[in-house]
Amino acid sequence: MTRFMDKTFWGLTIGLVVILVANFLLEDWLRFIGLQSMARGAVALGLLILWRAGLVSFGHALFFGWGAYAVALSQKIGITDALLGIIIGTIASGLLAFALGFLLRRYRAIFFALLNLAFSMILYGVLAKLEVLGSTDGIGVKQPSYFGITPEGANAHITLFCFTAIIVYIVALAVHRYLSSTLGAMTIAVRENEIRLEYLGYSAEKAIHVKYVFSGLLAGFGGAVMALAVGHVDPDSMVYWPNSGDFVFITILSGTGNVAATFIGALAFELIRTFAFDYAPQIWQLLMGGTLLVIVMFLPNGLWSLTEHLGKRRKSAPSPAE
Amino acid sequence: MDLQLLIVIIVDGLIYSSYLFMVAVGLTVIFGVQKVLNVTHGSFFAFGAYLAATLIGVWYNAELPAFGGFLMIFLAAAFLGVVFGLVIERGLLRYLYHRDEHIVVLATFAAFLALEDVIILIWATDPYFAYQPMELLGWTDIAGLTFDNYNLSMVGVSMTIALIMWFTLTRTRFGKILLAVIFDREMSQSMGINVNKVFLVTFMIGAFLGALGGAYVAPTISVQPGIGVEVVVLAFAVVVIGGMGSIPGALIGALVVGISRAASVHLLPEVELFVIYAIMAVVLVLRPEGLFAPPQARKI
Repeated sequence: MTRFMDKTFWGLTIGLVVILVANFLLEDWLRFIGLQSMARGAVALGLLILWRAGLVSFGHALFFGWGAYAVALSQKIGITDALLGIIIGTIASGLLAFALGFLLRRYRAIFFALLNLAFSMILYGVLAKLEVLGSTDGIGVKQPSYFGITPEGANAHITLFCFTAIIVYIVALAVHRYLSSTLGAMTIAVRENEIRLEYLGYSAEKAIHVKYVFSGLLAGFGGAVMALAVGHVDPDSMVYWPNSGDFVFITILSGTGNVAATFIGALAFELIRTFAFDYAPQIWQLLMGGTLLVIVMFLPNGLWSLTEHLGKRRKSAPSPAE
Repeated sequence: MDLQLLIVIIVDGLIYSSYLFMVAVGLTVIFGVQKVLNVTHGSFFAFGAYLAATLIGVWYNAELPAFGGFLMIFLAAAFLGVVFGLVIERGLLRYLYHRDEHIVVLATFAAFLALEDVIILIWATDPYFAYQPMELLGWTDIAGLTFDNYNLSMVGVSMTIALIMWFTLTRTRFGKILLAVIFDREMSQSMGINVNKVFLVTFMIGAFLGALGGAYVAPTISVQPGIGVEVVVLAFAVVVIGGMGSIPGALIGALVVGISRAASVHLLPEVELFVIYAIMAVVLVLRPEGLFAPPQARKI
């Protein structure tokens, strides 16, 4: 029963309990930050899977926006259930990633990043021009119902928060399990030496395709949650290229060492952004950019590497670097 | 299709291509030499536009000779080229050359975010207008349509830039050194080339060109926050279509993007926003290295 020895499993479980309890005590704006962190964290989790394979996407706002619009559109045809909406958003992005994956799995390095960017900008251009979809104004998203019940006022966000937290918990555990499986372990093999991987009898392209679909599913999920949390979808705040930059930002901020780190990083990102925006609206981007530069220069493995530094000091024995 | 429409598309397309070339050539020079996909290029453009607009305003308020406004455009770009070369290349990038390329892209993205606010701190959020140089040049009738001479002059400026670049790369000592560094950085270093200096100089040239794009366009637009955000992805598209690191590529990429944008504006406005990225995606799919990729050295 290795699962009961797994620190990440316990960390995530305790984290879930803590935020579920906190959810009822928090101010609404903090709850909203929590929701946004979970949504963006999910996208960053998808990027983490790709990152481990040495691939970086500068266009995951594509799947984020696709999932968000899928939720908004499914409401138009009368699907108001939160779970159904999130499933539709996730699957829609997963399918898109599956289709594009046939192309993208052939690309590496900067070409992979830029092809993703191109696709996300195409979606941006289409959405910004389509009158049916509200062009640059976007479309409103109603409060969802949960198995037939539609909570009102503050309860709406409390319910959505609980709901999202539980799904995120399950998803994070699933990704954690995946990364330690054979297919997941191949992620690092793809980055280190593709030719050797092929000689072992695996297909690097197939491995990348699978990862790409996972990352698309996660980004679609994040977009769906974001659409429900914000109550609105529009191209500029969801699909335009700086959004893709934000997701990579969170991945770097968190480091790729652990799935839990991604959500801590996402929370840190949202907190920095909210406080910078509230207290220094003139220089909030300066603070964001500055934070990112400090991380890139001095903490290349992200916030998570701080815990490893501490761990090492406690053990006071050098452990082999990952 | 009637002839007038065709002429409009071609002239508009050429003007737009020239503007794109000015912006994209700096990006491709920096990518070619340093292998850095530089997001701060959007900031160079925005700073160029702001500084030129300010200087032009000062110049005309002092009622100095009217054509000096053009001098201000080049002065602004040259000043910014030197400053950004020192700040971004010496202050940031040189610590990152040994890191993964996407880390470097992200670092320039971070610097780009920060510089967006520096612009607001310096110039606040109100738009700037510097229309005087544009008024000065008047207009021309082509096939019964009126075009601003200022816009047409952009074609000349970018062709001059292209010629100077071609001459420098093929006919001067610095150009030969640059080609050697692009071809094999380590080998040229061991042959006694000061690669750090070459990097700094090319970065300054690249930043100058980016700022010049913004400075030259400034009289034709309202200079306001956020102008760099759109330009930098456009420049990416141009550079990717033409081939990253290739100067003829930037020219071809700018022409392809400029003409197709002009055609879509006049024929099918619905697709205007994404036609460029659709071409970029198609080129990446069919020829990922771009239409005019510089040959890659095979190293053992």
